[in-house]
Amino acid sequence: MLRLECLRSVYADLAPCLVVTIMGAVAAELQSLGHRPNFFYLQHAMGLASSTGLGLALCLPNQRVIVCDGDGSLLMNLGSLTTMARYRPKNLTHVVFDNESLLSVGGFPTATSTGTDLEGMARSAGIPRAVTVGDIERFTSAFHEAAHSKELTTIVAKVEATGPSGYVTDLSLLENRFQFRRYIQSLKQV
Amino acid sequence: MASSFRADGSSPNKMPVSLANSKLVYEALKECDIRLVSALPETWLVHLIRMAEEDPKMTLVRLAKEEEAVGISAGAYFAGVKSALLMQNHGFLAAVNGIVSFAHLYKIPLLMLISYRGSFGEKDPWQTQGGNVTEPLLRALRIPYIFLDNVHTVKKRVRQAQTLAESSLQPVAILLMRDLMWEE
Repeated sequence: MLRLECLRSVYADLAPCLVVTIMGAVAAELQSLGHRPNFFYLQHAMGLASSTGLGLALCLPNQRVIVCDGDGSLLMNLGSLTTMARYRPKNLTHVVFDNESLLSVGGFPTATSTGTDLEGMARSAGIPRAVTVGDIERFTSAFHEAAHSKELTTIVAKVEATGPSGYVTDLSLLENRFQFRRYIQSLKQV
Repeated sequence: MASSFRADGSSPNKMPVSLANSKLVYEALKECDIRLVSALPETWLVHLIRMAEEDPKMTLVRLAKEEEAVGISAGAYFAGVKSALLMQNHGFLAAVNGIVSFAHLYKIPLLMLISYRGSFGEKDPWQTQGGNVTEPLLRALRIPYIFLDNVHTVKKRVRQAQTLAESSLQPVAILLMRDLMWEE
């Protein structure tokens, strides 16, 4: 399964959501499908995309929040699973693209390549719903079930360790950040 | 990051952490319209954390590690909610990458309340190295900081720190000092 296929399969569903991604291939591929003001790409601070999604979800309980995490990033902040599980916001869906690799630095294998099970870790941390998927049909159904279940869900999507040829896009980090906050503030005025 | 162990076996609520001055700091946060507080327990912060927990208008996020707080506060900021981070100075050390590669990189205001352990009067040997590096590290990171060591300046200084964080779009640090937090 390709990460880009996963993102494409739910791209239309992201329109009303707040989306926070990690750096690297996830950010570049989502942008390649078309940037929107409700997408925030955390282009560093590995591990903190899930914490950012938690902060958003707790402060905006009526807004669906999607975090697009990765195995390398999540492994840097495993405590975030326990903090998310502690508060388990119903409006948060935590997608982890697991390519068993630190792709953007040359494809060094992560611990998921040697058996670490992120779904099992999420469940044991107390995340109410955790699932691993390996094909597009199961990915999209897991994504939609997460919304319907109204429960914090971690979806571990096993994807190939391939990505775009480059990671720098023409969207500057600060432009993205100011646009994202302004978008959220505009929602409140409606 | 961990709270102090008392060799005499006394429980934290019998420790001489100033309840009155903790209340003053908490009131100062409320007057700044802080509505979310993230924290990791540490002895000097026990009353502040309990006050946040008992306040129905405050969201308290208990962390596994302080760096998470940078992401949580950034999310709150995007959502338009004012937040504060409660941490020990060793927790500040643990949060440095998040501060640099999120808060600084993306110009996110952070109001960090940092208990200044390991400085003059510190009896716990394990806290002492963090005290040596707290201010040099804040200066190296170009993080403005201010001391809370006197009841008469608490509210004004918390307000000033919050104002600077928001106008400059950067992290600022409020150092909680022994003279304010500890009654011994």
